[in-house]
Amino acid sequence: MLEIKDLHATVQGKEILKGVNLTVNPGEVHAIMGPNGSGKSTLSYVLAGRDGYEVTGGRIIYMGEDLTELDPEERAAKGIFLAFQYPVEIPGVPNSTFLNEAVNAVRRYRGEDELDKIQFVKMLRAKTKELNMSDEMLKRAVNVGFSGGEKKRNEVLQMAVLEPKLSILDETDSGLDIDALKIVSEGVNALRSPERSSLVITHYQRLLDYIVPDKVHVLAQGRIQKTGGKELALELEKNGYADFTGEEAA
Amino acid sequence: MTAVSFLEGGLEGGLQGGRSLPGDGLEWLKNRRDKGAERFGALGLPTPKLEGWKYTRLRPLDDTRYTPIKDGVGDAAVKDLPTVGDVAGRLVFVNGRLREDLSDVSNLPDGVRFGPLDELLENDPAWAEEHIGSVVQNDDQAMLALNDAMMDSGFVLHVRKGVVLTKPVEIVMVGGLTDDAVAYFPRNLIVIEPNAQATLVKHHVGRGVGAYFANAATEIDVADGAIFKNYKVQAESMQATHVSTVHARVGRDATFESFNLSMGGLLSRTEAVITLNGMGAHCGFNGAYMMRGNEHCDNTSYIDMAVPNTTCKQVYKGVLDDAARAVFQGKIHVARDAQKADGRMLNKTLLLSDDAEIDTKPELEIYADDVQCAHGATSGQLDQTALFYLRSRGIPEALARNMLVQSFLGDALDEITDEHVREVFMDRVVHWLPAHCYLAGEWKESA
Repeated sequence: MLEIKDLHATVQGKEILKGVNLTVNPGEVHAIMGPNGSGKSTLSYVLAGRDGYEVTGGRIIYMGEDLTELDPEERAAKGIFLAFQYPVEIPGVPNSTFLNEAVNAVRRYRGEDELDKIQFVKMLRAKTKELNMSDEMLKRAVNVGFSGGEKKRNEVLQMAVLEPKLSILDETDSGLDIDALKIVSEGVNALRSPERSSLVITHYQRLLDYIVPDKVHVLAQGRIQKTGGKELALELEKNGYADFTGEEAA
Repeated sequence: MTAVSFLEGGLEGGLQGGRSLPGDGLEWLKNRRDKGAERFGALGLPTPKLEGWKYTRLRPLDDTRYTPIKDGVGDAAVKDLPTVGDVAGRLVFVNGRLREDLSDVSNLPDGVRFGPLDELLENDPAWAEEHIGSVVQNDDQAMLALNDAMMDSGFVLHVRKGVVLTKPVEIVMVGGLTDDAVAYFPRNLIVIEPNAQATLVKHHVGRGVGAYFANAATEIDVADGAIFKNYKVQAESMQATHVSTVHARVGRDATFESFNLSMGGLLSRTEAVITLNGMGAHCGFNGAYMMRGNEHCDNTSYIDMAVPNTTCKQVYKGVLDDAARAVFQGKIHVARDAQKADGRMLNKTLLLSDDAEIDTKPELEIYADDVQCAHGATSGQLDQTALFYLRSRGIPEALARNMLVQSFLGDALDEITDEHVREVFMDRVVHWLPAHCYLAGEWKESA
């Protein structure tokens, strides 16, 4: 599914990723944990293709294809989805319009017929119901006036609607209370299948109680420092990241 | 008389140019013209030395010689004129001449007068004398003096006491389609009597090739308890110079709402002087501008909150691309005894190119001590995080940009209280955007 080889990336001239190696097979969920400033969010932006995040070395092979030259919208159409840590508010654009545009853009790109209004609404209703979201949230402008939990739920709704092959969840647990965390996790788990993979980026172990990973990686100082099973997350929770940063534990 | 190099034949020539001017036989009107010519002669064209013209120079007038309109310049075939749809009446002018064949005022309700100014001068000169010049307060505006001097027939909208117009009336002003550069000077008059209500939609469109200079003046009297909504779309051509001077007076408990959507014209300036001179008067004076290429758009306004308990709100937002330039100069003046005034002013501009420029000058001048007033201005670029957010959902870059531009202008357009007009204007915004991949219909349906 995803093979990252010796990935180097810079942001505003500063090297943040210094040789990341990572392989995610179809159906797997990988967690990437690490201290603040370790390059977790940079990795997610680089994978999604954000401008200003420059790959200076190495390769990102997704479904057998090198991604590094593709625009973000092309990557989305090929099935990559990034759930944002801080979802963006877009005043004046109704959430349902935004979702409709996204779905049809992706379908156009894939050479599929666009969904008409009725088909789209039917599909959307079913998804919102699963995620315990109100129709009212669809009418409101994208993320405007949403609580932290609603914003994250909206990210998961977008994910559910776009049905990505590779989902990258960037600190999806931040700012969530336990109920919201459960709902969001259920949404993510509902998408788990032998064909889909996820990269769950998180600072804390808590989210991994709900989204149980196949593998856990520690990202620090721009490199994967350690890889293990789900028990590694518990270990990190206990000992902190000090072993990987060269700093004293707090 | 000073030389007027931008006009063939000067101010005199305009009057003798083989055309009949409205109200030629009326002594008071002749006096007004003469005084206008005298004033313009003394003032001359505005220069950047004047504070109010620091950022806008009427450059096309430097190197073009315009011919005042004469018979025939309005005869060109025009079709596909813009409209908001179901209207109570419609007047179409081409190069400043009324086109009866394209106009329809046959179904106006009782108590509504909507027609060309020359007709009013012929049928009801006493009423015209009483109202023309009655709202204008200052005589230091050169472009208004020029309009006085050259005054052509614009339109008249007169709604009698208590009459409520349920449908809008519509004006279409078409420019271009001439071999020579032409100039015209429409004079418009709007009188909404006490407790009457009306909505006016004005479309200014440029067609084909041909430079033109339109210098309009409009007086608006919104009497006590009346509601008047004034909506304008300025989609002039890239060879157009559009200058519009507006004077409005808003009476007790009356509402004057204005929205100016500027989306085309080589050089345009709308200058408004609004006086809230009755308690409870409200003015919503808003607009949006979208300019590209070398277009220059100036919105200048002076709102005088002259008596206690008045309110005004001003929201102007714009998008500038290429080397386009916009000017926003807004001043709210609160008179010494105008307590409890509530005045708000906001100007925001999105710069899509490094060469685009906005000069913004929001001002409050407050002499009362118990008021609530605020003003603000910002300019910036498209939010790159928002752009990435949309693109990461598969939305192509051009479409994502358009969505963000619409999102940005949306809250200015939200100030339009007439829902239908708001939709029509949003549709115009959508079609101005560079990639027409975004369908207006879809936007509306899901909103």
